Formats: sequence, C-alpha cells, structure tokens
Amino acid sequence: MRTFFFLCLVVFCGTGGEISITHTMKRVGEVKSFAPRTLLPLLWRAFRMPSMWLGVTLLACSFYSLLTLLSWNPVSFVIPATASSYAVSAIGAKYLLGERISAIRWAGVFLVCFGVALAWAGG
Amino acid sequence: MLSKISLRAKTLAMVAIMVSCSCTGDILLSKGMKQVGEVSFNSFGALASTFLQIIGNGRVWLAILFLSLYTLSYIVVLSWADYSYVQPVAAIGYAIVPLLGYLVLGESVTMLRWAGVAFICLGVLLITRTQPRTTEPLP
Repeated sequence: MRTFFFLCLVVFCGTGGEISITHTMKRVGEVKSFAPRTLLPLLWRAFRMPSMWLGVTLLACSFYSLLTLLSWNPVSFVIPATASSYAVSAIGAKYLLGERISAIRWAGVFLVCFGVALAWAGG
Repeated sequence: MLSKISLRAKTLAMVAIMVSCSCTGDILLSKGMKQVGEVSFNSFGALASTFLQIIGNGRVWLAILFLSLYTLSYIVVLSWADYSYVQPVAAIGYAIVPLLGYLVLGESVTMLRWAGVAFICLGVLLITRTQPRTTEPLP
C-alpha cells in the first residue's frame, strides 16, 4: 500500500511539476537567444512567478518519493512502475495545457511507456 | 540566433543536449558517490563527515554542473515546444544507455531489454513526426 502511495506521488507530483513549469515558460515567452543578456532576464522573470515555484516544489516531492521507493524496491521494479508517467503527462498536457495530441503522438507515447517498462523489467 | 533555426531542428537539438547532460550527470554522480562510500545515518558526526566528503568530491560537482545544464535546457525547450512532445522524446536516453553499454562496455543485454529499446525508438520516431508545437503563446 505504501509503495502504491509513493508511486502515485512520483507520477502525479512529477507530472504536475513539469506541467506547471511548462505553463510558466509559455507565459514568459519563447527563448530566442542563448546570450546571457537575453536569457538571464527571461529566467529571472520565470522564477518570479508562483507557478514556477509550485513546479519546483512538486518536482522535489516527486524526487524524494522516488528516492524513498528506491530504498525499498529494486530499480528494475521502480522504473517500469513509474513508466505510466508518460501517459499521465500526455493527458495532463491535453487537458491542462491545451496541447493537441494527434493519434500518431498518442501511439508514440504508449510505445515509449511500454518500451521503458520492458527495458527496465528485462534488466 | 535561435529564431532562424526550424522549430523541429532546434527542439531535437535541445533534447539531444538534455539527454547527453542527463546521462553524463547520472554516471558522474554514481561514480562520485561510489568514491564517497555508503551514506551512514548512525550518528550526526558520521552524517556530517559524509556530507563534507560529498561536497569535496570533484565528480559530484561535475555531475551537479551537467544536471544543472540538463534542467536549464529542459526549461528552455519548454518555452517553445509541447510538453507532450519533449517529455516522451527525451525517453530516448533509456534506449541509448543499454546501447552504449553493449557497444562501448561490452555488457550483455537481455532480449527483453532489446525489445524495450526497439519500442522506445519506434515511439520516439512516431512522436518526432508530429508538430513540436500545437499551442499559441500565452498572454
């Protein structure tokens, strides 16, 4: 039961954190140059937005939950078990970020999910 | 500079940087922590000593540099590309690691893992055939 709870934390906090960071970056605008005088003010703007810090906090929760899971279970169980995060992320991107996910992209996402689970389970 | 490069090319280039930095960072962190030895939680003194060993380890700092570059490139690419495009495409790292293990280090790879690598590559190939961006900039 505790393993399932921490698996949910890894998947949902990780996805929520990345969605929050994506939302922030879409709001601050596209990075058009790597010149420090362009990039640094843009990153400064991003880190002044609450959604960026929400994302960082959620990712930290996901990371520490992952470390906890790894201290209880072998990596060959943990990584396949968290592979569903690719599908959860695509659902989150569709409904929370408004991304249009074509049938080809869905197929690709499910192949990646299955492949990651298989590659690690078969270690 | 970046605006002159096609959306697909610059997205895939950033994903390549992300995957390289993440794999290099993970390997360096693993090697650095092996040098430090097992983390002991027996006493505060032992924990403090381990912490000092970690922050005094060059490989750990190099790993932090590579993992910071990974985070920065991830944040940057999300400013123009779809999350549902970048995240699964970056899973190609899971396919590259066993491939490098087999080709460079001569490690044995099970049939099941090869099948997983094939599914990941096919999935990534399909996703890269879609538009990297399907949303408009937010106000």
